[in-house]
Amino acid sequence: MAEMEEGATRRDFINVASGAVGAVGAAAAVWPFINQMNPAADTLALASTEVDLSAIEVGMSITVVWRGKPVFIRHRTEEEIKEAEAVDLGDLPDPTPDAQRVEKPEWLILVGICTHLGCVPLGQKTTEPRGDYGGWFCPCHGSHYDTSGRIRKGPAPANLPVPPYAFTGDAAIRIG
Amino acid sequence: MSTANFSNPVVRWIDHRLPIFSFLHHEAHEYPTPKNLSYWWNFGSLAGIMLVIMLVTGITLAMHYTPHVDYAFDSVERIMRDVNSGWLIRYIHMNGASFFFIAVYIHIFRGLYYGSYKAPRELLWMLGVVIMLLMMATAFMGYVLPWGQMSFWGATVITNLFSAIPVVGDSIVTWLWGGFSVDNPTLNRFFALHYLLPFVIFAVVVLHIVALHRFGSNNPLGIDVKGPQDTIPFHPYYTIKDMFGLAVFLIPFCGFVFFAPNFLGHPDNYIPANPLVTPAYIVPEWYFLPFYAILRAVPDKLLGVLAMFGAIAVLFILPWLDRSPVRSGKFRPVFKIFFWLLFLDCILLTWLGGKPAEGVYVIAARFATAYYFFYFLIALPLLSIFETPKPLPKSISESVLGGAGGPAAAPAAAKEKA
Amino acid sequence: MGIKSLIAATATVAVLALGGTQPANAAGEAVALPKQDWSFNGIFGTVDRAAAQRGLQVYREVCATCHSLDYIAFRNLTDLGYSEDEVKAIAAEYEVQDGPNDEGEMFTRPGTPADRFPAPFPNEKAARASNGGAYPPDLSLIVDARAGFEDYVYGVLIGYEEAPAGVTMMAGMNYNKYFPGHQIAMAQPLYEDGVTYADGTKASIDQMAKDVTTFLAWAAEPNMETRKRTGIAVILFLIVLSGLFYASKRKIWADVH
Repeated sequence: MAEMEEGATRRDFINVASGAVGAVGAAAAVWPFINQMNPAADTLALASTEVDLSAIEVGMSITVVWRGKPVFIRHRTEEEIKEAEAVDLGDLPDPTPDAQRVEKPEWLILVGICTHLGCVPLGQKTTEPRGDYGGWFCPCHGSHYDTSGRIRKGPAPANLPVPPYAFTGDAAIRIG
Repeated sequence: MSTANFSNPVVRWIDHRLPIFSFLHHEAHEYPTPKNLSYWWNFGSLAGIMLVIMLVTGITLAMHYTPHVDYAFDSVERIMRDVNSGWLIRYIHMNGASFFFIAVYIHIFRGLYYGSYKAPRELLWMLGVVIMLLMMATAFMGYVLPWGQMSFWGATVITNLFSAIPVVGDSIVTWLWGGFSVDNPTLNRFFALHYLLPFVIFAVVVLHIVALHRFGSNNPLGIDVKGPQDTIPFHPYYTIKDMFGLAVFLIPFCGFVFFAPNFLGHPDNYIPANPLVTPAYIVPEWYFLPFYAILRAVPDKLLGVLAMFGAIAVLFILPWLDRSPVRSGKFRPVFKIFFWLLFLDCILLTWLGGKPAEGVYVIAARFATAYYFFYFLIALPLLSIFETPKPLPKSISESVLGGAGGPAAAPAAAKEKA
Repeated sequence: MGIKSLIAATATVAVLALGGTQPANAAGEAVALPKQDWSFNGIFGTVDRAAAQRGLQVYREVCATCHSLDYIAFRNLTDLGYSEDEVKAIAAEYEVQDGPNDEGEMFTRPGTPADRFPAPFPNEKAARASNGGAYPPDLSLIVDARAGFEDYVYGVLIGYEEAPAGVTMMAGMNYNKYFPGHQIAMAQPLYEDGVTYADGTKASIDQMAKDVTTFLAWAAEPNMETRKRTGIAVILFLIVLSGLFYASKRKIWADVH
């Protein structure tokens, strides 16, 4: 009897071992097929975007494309800068001082995608609605952004993100 | 159908309304299978697994591939260089085609040797031939997609086969191309069909399995199952045997994928397609070579094409050409000789298909082609009449017991059983 | 039939069928290529970084005058042991076309790591016009795209010699003993000390040919080393798995008589 039981245990062990090793192999084999949908090397390496800011007059905005996304560049007026700096951080759903969101106060550079569900907010043209806080207004679900691109009202949970960028001259930047 | 007793209440609830668990239990678990199947019977499930591997890699490749003459080659190179694990997925797909055919060809020769095509499994066999035809069409169109030199010229040559059809041949070729040469419309439709056909294959495989489960597997003795003593449940006996076979089969497969991924391909297919320059030697993929050799063995264009398609068509009527009541080649001494000659003949045809169509190669291909048809159309019908088969064992279990220790061991074994 | 006969039969088929197709692939190569002991051969082979870096120099200074390298981006050069900054510096030495800008004009700017090597000619017609009607092929895949592979590329580079007596050369053609047909439109590209290697290696024709071939072999398949490394792990795993499954199979089948 003892021998038989020992045999049964060994049998179970070897079956569990082959099942486990087989499962590990199958799981490892699945990974490449999932990972292939992540951005490819050429996509990750996409060129940074150079922008010449000299042609943008005070109060005007332009939209450039970086990594397939719209980037808002606004040449802010004195009032807009003051307004952005004067806000009490306690009033903000996503409190960030304006100084942390700009390199030079007159140039506000943002990824123009609403943090709610990915629409592109209005407000780049002076003729478009800019919402209650003079920045941007997302028409999809009514989020209002201020002159620093911070969320003030509506369903969006966070401020418009600032892309990585650097000034390459007085009025020239490289995004990315 | 015996109703299995499932302990899980959720399973029981579902099964009562939608008996998929009972179905699986019956068809994949308790499904009685002859207990004497050899490792040659592994290649059916291996072929099925290769189909799944090809589907999975193919669908992922299609996420990155662009079916346009200006972008196809570049998109394949992007898969090879930039897509995460893209090189791996493409190499599995490329070499997977070859290993799918290896599994299927071994599966077919097993069927030929053990008479698996005979009554009552004629439809099972014919569905298998349909699968092979669909595989060939799929493989051919898949080879066109990278849009290299061999892709382009392979497509040109093979589609031109249809121009051999009298009267309407040229119109058919123009229709296949969607233009006046192989071009963007051709590439587009080949991509669409290359994506579609594997699912058709999958459906026919399901029918193949339904037909298989009607009478169960044939076996190396070729005699019918007499009762429960001749069978074992499919699970766990054949599931573990199939898993073991799969692990072993994957070793040479991965050997090619990782260490010789382009060995079975052709260097010219790394040159982008050029409609103005034909490569010096056009060779189809190895799995088409025997048929290619038959095509070239016949000096007439139309007859050559007919012979090539005839080589597959003859398989459809095979169950009625071989009328011998004995299934397994084991008990057919003369058949055995002709069978192994056919096997060597097919290897010879494969080799000849890769040689230039000149001189002694053509002569040899003619003899080899002649033997191929002789085997099916003359040897098998005559053997059915004149061959005296060896005596068959009474049952599978008796033969297994007898084989284990010779006749003397039989009584002891019988006692053990009791 | 047991496993042994199965393996034997499968191996026979494989050898016959696969071996049989090989001569056809190599058909037309009358001259035996000079086989070299490449660093990247074999299942453990890796690309000799120093040779590939020298090969890059040969490509840039010699081949790139006529041959494009379409599928290689500067960022790929990190594979060869260059740092990010070195790659940026190499890329910046090239002017690449970009645009259109806000005025709708194409313009050039210094290359970045994300750019690919710029082609010497804008299109095939321009390339032919500048090369007496011959088209210098793209070199990204040249090693994979020629029968004989790296040995062929190396052979053609060192294969130039005087045409033997009795061979009539066509206008503008050069005699090369390893080129199929022996008449090649490309003039001998490599000469003693044609480049000055930064690492002090003597730039003989043979050395340059080997280096640039190593570079091009890498360019044809930048993932080659990953592939082989993965392969070794996968095969070892499968051998263990087969052993376990075999043991399981034996156990499960133990009671079948």
